[in-house]
Amino acid sequence: MLKKLFMLIVAGFFLASCAATKTEQGGDVDAASASSSSGGEITAGTQEDLIVNVGDRVFFEFDSSELTVDAQATLDAQAAWLMQYPDTNITVEGHADERGTREYNLALGDKRAFSVYSYLAQAGIDTNRMEYVSWGKERPEVIGSDETAYSQNRRGVTLVSN
Amino acid sequence: MIKKILIILFFSLNANAALEVTIAQGKVEPTPIAITQIFGADSDTARYGNTLRQIISNNLTNSGLFYTVNEDLYIQSDNLVEKVPRFEDWKLIKAQFLLSADVSKSDKGIRLRMRLYDVFNGKEIEKLQLTIPNEDLIRRVGHTVSDIVYERITGETGYFDTRIVYVSEIGPLDQRVKRLAIMDQDGHIDSHQFLTDGKNLVLTPRFAPNNQIITYMEYKNNLPRVYIYNLKTGEREIVGDFPGMTFAPRFSPDSQSVVMSFSDPNTANSEIYLMDLNTRSLSRLTKDSGIDTSPSFSPDGEKIVFNSDRGGSPQLFIMGKNGDNIKRISKGKGVYGNPVWSPRGDLIAFTKLTQGNFHIGVMDTNGNNERVIVRDFALESPAWSPNGRYLIFHRQKRSNLDGTGGEVTIHFIDITGYNERIIPTPRDGSDPAWSPLL
Repeated sequence: MLKKLFMLIVAGFFLASCAATKTEQGGDVDAASASSSSGGEITAGTQEDLIVNVGDRVFFEFDSSELTVDAQATLDAQAAWLMQYPDTNITVEGHADERGTREYNLALGDKRAFSVYSYLAQAGIDTNRMEYVSWGKERPEVIGSDETAYSQNRRGVTLVSN
Repeated sequence: MIKKILIILFFSLNANAALEVTIAQGKVEPTPIAITQIFGADSDTARYGNTLRQIISNNLTNSGLFYTVNEDLYIQSDNLVEKVPRFEDWKLIKAQFLLSADVSKSDKGIRLRMRLYDVFNGKEIEKLQLTIPNEDLIRRVGHTVSDIVYERITGETGYFDTRIVYVSEIGPLDQRVKRLAIMDQDGHIDSHQFLTDGKNLVLTPRFAPNNQIITYMEYKNNLPRVYIYNLKTGEREIVGDFPGMTFAPRFSPDSQSVVMSFSDPNTANSEIYLMDLNTRSLSRLTKDSGIDTSPSFSPDGEKIVFNSDRGGSPQLFIMGKNGDNIKRISKGKGVYGNPVWSPRGDLIAFTKLTQGNFHIGVMDTNGNNERVIVRDFALESPAWSPNGRYLIFHRQKRSNLDGTGGEVTIHFIDITGYNERIIPTPRDGSDPAWSPLL
């Protein structure tokens, strides 16, 4: 219960303070500048929009690819958002923390990405609009060898790909 | 790019059994060996001689089975290739073996002559002469001579004339640039080469046991797939045409097939597959809703050890080469991974995460007699030396929120747990794998 609360706080903190969220392709999405200049200037249907107004990511428990209640709520919002912007395609990335072997974590990251992908599919999003990929433990969001970092690195991230 | 095979001319090779097997369970007392100056008549050959002596001395010392008696103590300073040593002089400084060599130029290239003496018994036990076409092969000559000395004295197969492929790492931990790189087993900078340019993430390279081919995983166009890389031709090729992620590749003992995991894109369930590289025929070996990965063949090709969480947590299992008779072998507490079957066939190396630390250990092939070789915050990727006596692996430091830390280095250790040392790499290094003898 406490852990869940912590996850919520982390997730909330993350969304609120998302200064610059890295995409795995190496570009930086400067969400802060988009939102700080004026709330109305975020282009609807973009990654910035998804990050600021919906939430682009869900978090997982250690060695688990099951969607938590919080994750499901985030994905419900993502599904609604994707319905709203039917021309938007996405790639879901699955990630693991560093406390597992490289190969096992590739498999685990794949399961996490698929959990998100299939949840969105069940929520009515056409699978032709979605791809998913595992990055194992290769692309942590937060650097650090403690549970604070790990809890943010065990994640599924939805990236607008067009 | 890839060095030609050494042209080796043995004019005599003593076929007696090993003289002095110093290897036992537990700690080994290194055997003292004296290595004379390696003589050269001109500045070039003298330079080759110095290089060779250094390579041989380093190799033997690094094995943990020898130490080189300090040169300052040597009483006799002659070239002992053609002259019988004064064994009393060498006994006096407690050298158990004595190596002498010289280098000269011939019309075919560079010629090395070597003699190895058993000091206590006062006799020559090995001699060889070899000629190489040019000095690019000097390091290989040093490794070859080291192997001959090691084999002659310990009775075990050598491992010095080998290479290590690994993943070179640089940059912030969240945007790490990883390149395949290769080097001699001693990590000497002159032998170091990058194989990929760092544009795509590459992981888990492994050598074929019988040739100079590597299998590895690459994120080409952000699609994680298994590839093979022919070091002789430089050709790279994807293994199979899979609609989802392929990963965790390893060669079969005959080097003709690759065993790996494939994650079905309709289920994200990882199963182990075997692909014949010649016929491209594919067989599925596992069928379970858990993660099945990190397969590694027994050297006789009959069995495969792998990692699976089918029972809940990740553990080690063995199955027949066709996927039959699956049995769990890991018995201890903790989360197991990375099993690698020893080239001798008798042991399985693995990693284990328990009580907040990673452990690298070995166990019998039925899971008995598990013992930990090294323990630290983050250890991974054990790989065997081709003679099955040593492991290499990587060790990573803790990282910090400000982006510092996380340094990762490649280490060498005797499976007795003694004689650990870093194998130097120009940048950080991970996922090491050993080549067969060249």
